[in-house]
Amino acid sequence: MNHLNIPIEYFITVSAIIFCIGLSGIFINRKNVISLLMSIEIMLLAVNINFVTFSSFLNDLVGQIFAIFVLTVAGAEAAIGLAILVIYFHNRHSIEIKTASSMKG
Amino acid sequence: MTMTFVEILFYLFSFVLIASSLVVISSRNTVHAVMFLVLAFINAAALFILLKAEFLAMLLIVVYVGAIAVLFLFVVMMLDVDSKTVKNEFNRHIPLLALVAIVIFTEIFLIIKMSGIKLYETKKLFPIAKEIHNTQAIGNVLYTDFILPFQISGAVLFVAMIGAIVLTLRDETRFIRKQKISDQVFRNRENSLEIVKVKSGKGIDL
Repeated sequence: MNHLNIPIEYFITVSAIIFCIGLSGIFINRKNVISLLMSIEIMLLAVNINFVTFSSFLNDLVGQIFAIFVLTVAGAEAAIGLAILVIYFHNRHSIEIKTASSMKG
Repeated sequence: MTMTFVEILFYLFSFVLIASSLVVISSRNTVHAVMFLVLAFINAAALFILLKAEFLAMLLIVVYVGAIAVLFLFVVMMLDVDSKTVKNEFNRHIPLLALVAIVIFTEIFLIIKMSGIKLYETKKLFPIAKEIHNTQAIGNVLYTDFILPFQISGAVLFVAMIGAIVLTLRDETRFIRKQKISDQVFRNRENSLEIVKVKSGKGIDL
């Protein structure tokens, strides 16, 4: 508790709630790969909230630096995932991942 | 007990963040889901500002709202996935999955509560200086001590860009012009030359 009157547990609890929402979103949206990618983005956001919280409360800058790298990797992952999704839709005319187990081109 | 202004802001932003994340995972309309994802990221940026990480808050808005959410919207609208192809049947595993999520959250919450996080006075690697603002502090550290991870993350983005282009470029022959030797060899007078008698003043249709 440095400059805020809010304990660190509140921030970590919010982050844990967001992480669990993203985790359940991965299991719920088995049909829609776009929703699945968005659930992954939500989980990465929860991780970033955790990093920034500890960085702020410990008064150390490394957490924020690492959050920047997490943002970078999240951006690359979203770009690649959406590119794969585009060609998958072009081949199969659906974005269900149930049929993704067949290897026949 | 009176809540301070900062506490009210914290509860507001956290509530909107959690509610919009719930809408993102449960919405059937993907465009609405992307919009609520943007709302969630804006609220997370507001939480970052409360935590005195202003540069990261602005970066979150620029990168996510400006780039990634627009990318998602692009793909959603380009694929034109109608709601009939994504069937609306009820996933019968949802109670089980909700149970798993609640169990995981309860475990994390119990760890937070029971362990009693203590902020030990550790030796700070890069203490946040009070006299300079957040952007300058991050720049001082990121371009000096973290220059190698910074360059590597740039390489990761570069590889991702090349990968996305290579994956989505359907027609490879459009940009690569190769010499077709067989066409050149099989070219003769009959299939390449045509003699047309043109009447004067009429012209021809090519």
